[in-house]
Amino acid sequence: MSAITLTTLHPGEIATIVAIHAEEALHLRLLALGFRSGKQIEMIRKASFSGPLQVRIGTTDILLRRIEATKITVTIT
Amino acid sequence: MKRIALLGMPNTGKSTLFNRMTGGAARVGNWPGITVELLSGRILLGGDMVEIIDLPGIYDLHGFSDDEQVVRHFLHDNVPDLALVILNTTQIERQMSLLLQLKQLDLNIVVVLNMSDEAKKFGISVDVNMMSAMLELPIFLLSAKYGSGYPDAMQAVAKALRYPTPGMAEELRSQLEKDEQIETEMAHVLKSTVQVPAQLSDSLTEKLDSVMLHPLLGLPIFFGVMYLLFQGVFFLGQPLQGIVNDLLGWFRGAALEPLFSGLPPSAQGLLLDGIYNGVATVAAFVPIIVLFFLFMAIVEDSGYLSRAAFLMDALMSRLGLDGRGFVMLLMGFGCNVPALMGTRVMRSRAMRLLTMLVIPLSLCSARLQVFIFFTAALFTAQAAPVVLFSLYLFSFGTAILTALLFKGRFKNNEPFVLELPPYRFPTVRQMTLRGWLEVRHFLRRATKFIVAGVVLVWLLTNLPPSAAPASADTWAGLIGNAMHPFFAPIGINEQLTIALIFGFIAKEIVIGALAVIYGLSGDALGGAIGHQLDWVQAYSFMLFTLLYTPCLATIATLQSESKQTGFTALSLGWSLGLAWLVSFAFYQVARALGY
Repeated sequence: MSAITLTTLHPGEIATIVAIHAEEALHLRLLALGFRSGKQIEMIRKASFSGPLQVRIGTTDILLRRIEATKITVTIT
Repeated sequence: MKRIALLGMPNTGKSTLFNRMTGGAARVGNWPGITVELLSGRILLGGDMVEIIDLPGIYDLHGFSDDEQVVRHFLHDNVPDLALVILNTTQIERQMSLLLQLKQLDLNIVVVLNMSDEAKKFGISVDVNMMSAMLELPIFLLSAKYGSGYPDAMQAVAKALRYPTPGMAEELRSQLEKDEQIETEMAHVLKSTVQVPAQLSDSLTEKLDSVMLHPLLGLPIFFGVMYLLFQGVFFLGQPLQGIVNDLLGWFRGAALEPLFSGLPPSAQGLLLDGIYNGVATVAAFVPIIVLFFLFMAIVEDSGYLSRAAFLMDALMSRLGLDGRGFVMLLMGFGCNVPALMGTRVMRSRAMRLLTMLVIPLSLCSARLQVFIFFTAALFTAQAAPVVLFSLYLFSFGTAILTALLFKGRFKNNEPFVLELPPYRFPTVRQMTLRGWLEVRHFLRRATKFIVAGVVLVWLLTNLPPSAAPASADTWAGLIGNAMHPFFAPIGINEQLTIALIFGFIAKEIVIGALAVIYGLSGDALGGAIGHQLDWVQAYSFMLFTLLYTPCLATIATLQSESKQTGFTALSLGWSLGLAWLVSFAFYQVARALGY
């Protein structure tokens, strides 16, 4: 299954994180919030007007901007 | 005195635990090695007085944000006798990493797994004894909100304090860089001790969010909720304001006037008309300010702030701000002070400063009082609401303009990645305690500024003694005269200029000042002003009042929250300059068009 970025997921879709291509500050913050390769991530909703995304990993709901989400590659399980 | 450092990630109920331990008897103070002030309290524990310091919530001990550096520097320069580490039980899978990082520093640690009540609700079970054995640390389940587990945890803390303090690991950085080791250890411990059910059920939050974050309804609902909260504040606050006003007036008549009757008239004037009246006018506003603090606390603690951030971030990010900043801007329309203090949730200093630069441009309720008076005096009943609305538009417009102009200077590098916590309805006790702490902090700080400002204005408007108060012969009048070249091109006459000087302390004083200057009050004052000015001059004056400088309480807050005099000066300079430019543009264009 080819890798796509987090932003291309639709609400309700579940995927597995492949990699995080981010600079150190963002990478550490994402790690601390539970973003790790191999973890399952669910797209909950996307804000209108190209706003942020709400995703769920484990028991944590996170919101992040699309520009940051493009740095996370996932594959649909 | 032994020291306990309270450490944990954001959103773990750390403040609730801190307040429960210190009972609200906490104070803000400075510590060696860091420039931020920290909250600390002293309690009696196990027979000894112990100091507890609430460190900022951090995600990663080895991170790059300001908070993470503060914690590292604090631990390095003020080795605590005990680190009380608080984790959120429902999110323990990702929070344990912080605990393991702290464990490597050779600190004396006691661990509390907070929000055990929520974990139980979700069906998450933790084998605390096994975890404690595997990590070789004392671990306790706790609900700081409801108190279960608290006595046992505190007993363990008291016991652990009796052991001598180990030193910090020499090579702090290299110790912290053992991330990979932490991950394997984490997986190993979690596998043996934590059971998470396959489907996590928090249907209440999910149901609420499907409404609150609805693609079409979400935004209107957000504005509706904000509107209702504002109405609520005024509904409760205005009667309280009236009561405070009456009480202060009664106190003056019943106690102070007789007390000071023996003093010379100028001293009486200074004490009663100057200091007491000035402070009383501002004090009457305190109930509204307190309610806005509570309002801000509810929005934050309930989790709604993150939802608001989600809804508004699309717009805010284009202005160099973030979604949460919108809520603070909106709060500024009630009162700038709690809005400015609310920016503390922003971890990025640049973002915080930019938001703080924009907030004073909000049309707060004090300015609204001035505008209501003027629009009633100078515009028809149909035109008045339109004029008021136009002023709100100017407020928004200048806020957006300021953000766009300064976003390059206050560039934000912190990534916008926020948790969306489950909805939590704070207990009344939590909220009143939090509201009280913030208000007390604000009052302590603002009082000095306000008293100083009030005295200064009284002196300017009453000296030299030969001049009639607030007339053109006083020093204020002379200043007004001297500033004529500055104010004439924007259509503001000398009496209004003197009122603006009063307005520097607090906008709600402007009407009272005009009453003194014209020697009239109420409808008569409105009539007199209506005769003297035309609508162009009045609108120009209102534009200037909207923007020129915020009240002293706001300036005091700007200074103490930013801790940079340069920044406060920038804010004041920018407001003044912008006010003049906008009024000038309006006045000259209106006159040129023949109005």
